[in-house]
Amino acid sequence: METIVLPHLPDHHLHVCLFVKVHNAQFLRQQLLDGNVDFEYAFLDAAVLLSRQHVLAACFRAINGMLQDRLKSKNVHSEIVFSLSPNNNISDSFRRFGVSEITTEILAVKVGNDQMQVEEHLRKHVEGQAVPFTDEILTSIRNEARIQRAYRVETSSDQADAFIIGSMALKGS
Amino acid sequence: MTGPIPLPPNARARLPTPFNTSPEPLELIAQGAESLLYKTTFLSPSQPAALKIRPVKKWRHPTLDKRLTRARILAEARVLVKLSGEGIAAGGGGRKVKDPKREGEGVGGMRGLVPAVLGLDWEGGWLVTEWIEGGTVKERIYRVSRAGTKGGGRVGEAGGEGVEELRGLLRKMGEVVGKLHACGIVHGDLTTSNMMLRPFGTASPESSKPERHDEASAQSSTRSASDVDQPQATSTSQTSLEGDIVLIDFGLATQSVSDEDRAVDLYVLERAFGSTHPWEEELFACVLDAYAHGEGSGMAGKAGKTVIRKLEDVRMRGRKKSMLG
Repeated sequence: METIVLPHLPDHHLHVCLFVKVHNAQFLRQQLLDGNVDFEYAFLDAAVLLSRQHVLAACFRAINGMLQDRLKSKNVHSEIVFSLSPNNNISDSFRRFGVSEITTEILAVKVGNDQMQVEEHLRKHVEGQAVPFTDEILTSIRNEARIQRAYRVETSSDQADAFIIGSMALKGS
Repeated sequence: MTGPIPLPPNARARLPTPFNTSPEPLELIAQGAESLLYKTTFLSPSQPAALKIRPVKKWRHPTLDKRLTRARILAEARVLVKLSGEGIAAGGGGRKVKDPKREGEGVGGMRGLVPAVLGLDWEGGWLVTEWIEGGTVKERIYRVSRAGTKGGGRVGEAGGEGVEELRGLLRKMGEVVGKLHACGIVHGDLTTSNMMLRPFGTASPESSKPERHDEASAQSSTRSASDVDQPQATSTSQTSLEGDIVLIDFGLATQSVSDEDRAVDLYVLERAFGSTHPWEEELFACVLDAYAHGEGSGMAGKAGKTVIRKLEDVRMRGRKKSMLG
């Protein structure tokens, strides 16, 4: 569990926890579908995440959207998932970047709230192993083919990070 | 580029959200007619970034102002993202290859030679890009020029010290402009201050190795007079002309493959170079030679020669073709 304070957004702490070997993704997904207010997280499929920067760019965009009252989706957490997508299709973005029934690596992001509470709640309900949220670990669980498909790039996504983050920023324009 | 400009007391409050309430250091680097350029951090406290803000113009009708700001922010960002995806993007981001012969050598050539877009908000009127380490080409040439005068005679004059290095730098300039043009982009405002010379090994889109020196200077508000003149000078590479040329400020860039637009782009650079570096003016031929014949140019060959021929027309008549505006 890590708490990240994005530059320029001191009032919106991000509580981030990366889980591997998760085996109750189906349950977590169901909570989101049911709109369970206790499960207001952005549950991201960590296999399609490139780097910390990639995730944080999506978070910045989502929080900025919230501050300006411009959210395209339900709340700031769903907006983080949506922000990762290079296109404007919300359900498509959930399919590609959100948790699915067979997801085993999950990055949980919570905007605001108390760290202890978030950590306790996540550890109780996510059946998996918490690991540090680092570029190295993200690289090791990355699914290259899915990233390439999601962002329509043809080479290793390592060289494409600038293009991918740029495409996310330009989305909706 | 000049040194950091002191901020008026309530400047911060007038910035768009969230920068108006940000506790991060914001250092005004440059101020143009259209925009303010700040150095700050983005996404991580250790990642330096360039924040370009297009403030609201109160004299314009609000609707028009919004539209212009939006269009300009997006135009700039689209060009940058297109260039960073060049050769790797499956769809719109890749360049349309006009001359199949060039495929292979030119493809992907501009990737990493323009700043990466990290975030933007067309409503708020801001664009954040990766911070490029190193000074501007303008400063570098000035420094070499100054160093050269110590031995008597200017660098630009034949036999002057450092002239070979300078030629190499100018060739790199020509090649990078060639690569850019081959990608279907014209810059619109090529000058030696819109080109950075980034020392090898400091390219870090992920910012895995934050630049200690620069971070320190971003936070310190006290500077010596010489620092103000050369904000990003690293003490070790004072006169070295090693490094990659990175083009910045795509605020006037357009997507075009016409010889006319390309020639005008070179003409603007030629005129700017002549007035900024009068002592080195005669070396400018290196830029054009590298543009049309250089290994890494992307415009090497027939296309480049056509542009150079067009440049002669442009020289005769000036930048404007239509004479109407």
